[in-house]
Amino acid sequence: MPAVSKGDGMRGLAVFISDIRNCKSKEAEIKRINKELANIRSKFKGDKALDGYSKKKYVCKLLFIFLLGHDIDFGHMEAVNLLSSNKYTEKQIGYLFISVLVNSNSDLIRLINNAIKNDLGSRNPTFMNLALHCIANVGSREMAEAFASEIPRILVAGDTMDSVKQSAALCLLRLYRSSPDLVPMGDWTARVVHLLNDQHLGVVTAATSLITTLAQKNPDDFKTSISLAVARLSRIVTSASIDLQDYTYYFVAAPWLSVKLLRLLQCYPPPEDAALRGRLTECLETILNKAQEPPKSKKVQHSNGKNAVLFEAISLIIHHDSEPTLLVRACNQLGQFLQHRETNLRYLALESMCTLASSEFSHEAVKTHMETVINALKTERDVSVRQRAVDLLYAMCDRSNAKQIVAEMLSYLETADYSIREEIVLKVAILAEKYAVDYTWYVDTILNLIRIAGDYVSEEVWYRVIQIVINRDDVQGYAAKTVFEALQAPACHENLVKVGGYILGEFGNLIAGDSRSSPLVQFNLLHSKFHLCSVPTRALLLSAYIKFINLFPEVKATIQDVLRSDSQLRNADVELQQRAVEYLRLSCVASTDILATVLEEMPPFPERESSILAKLKRKKGPGHLPDINNTRRNVNGSSDHTETNEVTNQDSTPSFTDLLNLNSSPSTGASLLVDAFSSSSTPASIDVNEENFSRFVCKNNGVLYENHLLQVGLRSEYRQNLGRMYVFYGNKTSAQFPSFSTSLNVHNKAVDPIIDGGAQVQQILNIECVSDFTDAPILNIQFRYGGTLQNIAVKLPVMLNKFFQPTEMTSQDFFQRWKQLGAPQQEVQKIFKAKNPMDKEVTKAKIVGFGVALLEGVDPNPENFVGAGIIHTKSTQVGCLLRLEPNTQAQMYRLTLRTSRDTVSQRLCGLLSEQF
Amino acid sequence: MMRFMLLFSRQGKLRLQKWYTATAERDKKKMVRELMQIVLARKPKMCSFLEWRDLKIVYKRYASLYFCCAIEEQDNELITLEVIHRFVELLDKYFGSVCELDIIFNFEKAYFILDEFLMGGEIQDTSKKSVLKAIEQSDLLQEEDESPRSVLEEMGLA
Repeated sequence: MPAVSKGDGMRGLAVFISDIRNCKSKEAEIKRINKELANIRSKFKGDKALDGYSKKKYVCKLLFIFLLGHDIDFGHMEAVNLLSSNKYTEKQIGYLFISVLVNSNSDLIRLINNAIKNDLGSRNPTFMNLALHCIANVGSREMAEAFASEIPRILVAGDTMDSVKQSAALCLLRLYRSSPDLVPMGDWTARVVHLLNDQHLGVVTAATSLITTLAQKNPDDFKTSISLAVARLSRIVTSASIDLQDYTYYFVAAPWLSVKLLRLLQCYPPPEDAALRGRLTECLETILNKAQEPPKSKKVQHSNGKNAVLFEAISLIIHHDSEPTLLVRACNQLGQFLQHRETNLRYLALESMCTLASSEFSHEAVKTHMETVINALKTERDVSVRQRAVDLLYAMCDRSNAKQIVAEMLSYLETADYSIREEIVLKVAILAEKYAVDYTWYVDTILNLIRIAGDYVSEEVWYRVIQIVINRDDVQGYAAKTVFEALQAPACHENLVKVGGYILGEFGNLIAGDSRSSPLVQFNLLHSKFHLCSVPTRALLLSAYIKFINLFPEVKATIQDVLRSDSQLRNADVELQQRAVEYLRLSCVASTDILATVLEEMPPFPERESSILAKLKRKKGPGHLPDINNTRRNVNGSSDHTETNEVTNQDSTPSFTDLLNLNSSPSTGASLLVDAFSSSSTPASIDVNEENFSRFVCKNNGVLYENHLLQVGLRSEYRQNLGRMYVFYGNKTSAQFPSFSTSLNVHNKAVDPIIDGGAQVQQILNIECVSDFTDAPILNIQFRYGGTLQNIAVKLPVMLNKFFQPTEMTSQDFFQRWKQLGAPQQEVQKIFKAKNPMDKEVTKAKIVGFGVALLEGVDPNPENFVGAGIIHTKSTQVGCLLRLEPNTQAQMYRLTLRTSRDTVSQRLCGLLSEQF
Repeated sequence: MMRFMLLFSRQGKLRLQKWYTATAERDKKKMVRELMQIVLARKPKMCSFLEWRDLKIVYKRYASLYFCCAIEEQDNELITLEVIHRFVELLDKYFGSVCELDIIFNFEKAYFILDEFLMGGEIQDTSKKSVLKAIEQSDLLQEEDESPRSVLEEMGLA
């Protein structure tokens, strides 16, 4: 094709481009451009009317100047004039200029829209295409307003040419993406779906893109596309490689269209119709089979085209997550790619396997590739591939391999690229916490993290290790000893000083018995780091010192000397100065008792989701992170949505709730204020507390609520439809709580209005179950402490199952009744992941605690649990049968409940399924 | 969908840019600079994909030119690599063994070809014949309505 001459219509433009290329410096280029701009401006302003050709040439020059990166502030009008030229090339350049350079200048938009309207109505396919391209390129709201209702008509009109249909489909897609509210749904949608059957594969390709996007938003309206897409796909994958002529790409049949059809199918769960489902499975199997066939060409385009389809098919298999054999085959295929000589394939295999790891069916199969992945981490020369390997190791980690994976990640961290260190740190921290069997390992791991990559250890990470140490007394001594040893290193990271300061301040006493770590040695060690640290760390160390004064009276004088020194008392930093002054004063005036109260060991932190995980999710975005925290997906599709919801929820909880609030430099005043509210339960927070509610489903006694002031304990007994609950209110402080009162949204007897310091009062609640119920009563507690009114609301653990009477019955009776309760609304079934280790005895105890009789030898499978009981309410009695089937291999349970009332079945199932 | 496509030289000169979502000029310049820096720093044997912001970058080098596409999370990397290849084939077929200079001097043609091939960030037609037919037709129209002009006229002297 003698091509170059074709673009040569504008010699002046070519000359100008050569001139620019010959410019030796940036300055020369700018000079040449300014000269040209002045020339063009004078031509445009000149008296002589320009002919179309000159206009086209100058507009094209302006476009070139703009694409070089210079601003263009004129010429738009001339470009718009070109649109209404009836010469094709002039129109074309006009449209190109508008597409690249249009801003939402409203006058201009109106003129442009007019020109587009004329071309759309021209019935000249070439002009129509230019107009459609322009709409798609600009895609502004004004254009959507003007054309969104017109384009569907063009798309489905019987006499529209194929090339126009293709443009119309993609143009509509563009408008739908930017302004979905302006694209009216209507009769045309049904006809668009049928474009999947079109003879012209180009039309099918363009239409599939449109339908996929529409189906994502309106799945029900486009359900019919499933069978058409499967049929089309099936015809493509079974066609001989030359059948599709120009749509065959390097011996691969229509790879683009195949990928798009497979994407469309990912908008839906597996087809319900068995025949259709079978046909789709066949397609997927064929695609997997083809991957094993010898290549038809040595060209990389052949293998890329083929594998593009294969990876998309694997995505669909993972999305459906319902065919174990396909999932395992997919995993094996990806396993082969892990060792492929093409870097691209190794990268994609690692990426794809990451999602496979989160499927119940293929998690184990993925784990078999662990050594290869670890090897990739060590040998891959490309950081993006290594990053994928880290992601995959994270996704395949579970209790069985956590130690090895964490060790490998730590050793990789030593040499890892700076760009991914922070992420690896977060991942290691999460895995170490999640799979810690013994917490000494956890503490070691985090301290190693700080040693290897201290700069990348964010606040969330070291806050978390402190929270965990404080909440677990079994690890406190070990933690104190370990940080003490780590601090001996001549150069240690500031984050280690923070953790060390905090932990020794709380638990230094646990190692003080050893003369090598006597109180004075500990203090001197910490203080030797003091002057090298930043202000927040120094503030933390000062708090550690005052804690030392309480823990070790023998170093009081030494510490007071330090606090008294000018560098502390007159420190230029307000926060440090204030701490020094206050701590010094406190240590002088307070009695040992008061000191002990003020500086008491930190109370356990409430259990909540690790803020590190939230941070990683923020960093990676919801889609990127395989969700190791929740149950592995066992239903298709739907779980994606809940995941996203969770993530947004976590994101909306302010991150400071997890903070220890140690680095309280004055600049963070705002967060300090909120923190003060959340930690001292002033009346600001009257959310109903139901943290411990579910613990009482299977037991009747225990601590219902506790904060730093008050402890609420419970003892309760039930008989048929009646119950009695003893509520104990314990004052944990040494001060009196005046104006103590409680109220219940049901009737209760008044309680003693005063609780003395350290004392406990009791309240008795009588309960009667009138009919079956779901909501539990709320107990409101009010009292005054330190001048402020404390307001606490707790959900009382009165649940339906408390009114159970266990019923013993024989196997025969059981199954007879089981069959009688066979109506669909009487049965409720739930499949869920085990949250706790699956211990048979514990499970038995929980079922008995739930209130039913545990029937031994009834179920043919000895691993299953079967129970029976009757719920007593005032008006009626409801018989209830339950069956719990554990699957230890999958770490899942299936719980089935049958009662004569659907509300009862549902409530009981909801209560019990949370217990395992 | 594809968010944008960039063609730039080894020296970091941008030769073609196509944006499929509305982006402010300032952001475009920043993104182009950032991406060129990342891609040009990569070694030949490295893989053609990388994560960048919330996008996936797919790039390939042909002679002195880098072709670089940004796609979304759920898009297929390998097929995008072949989108690039098909575009190169189209340019090659049209210009006859295409080189960087062709794209510099006939930049408007390169845009027209790209528009026939991709629209709104999605592939319009994968058939080489269909795309080239569309371009050829417009070239025919061009020749019809252009009478030859003299050099003097071209330089504005006539």
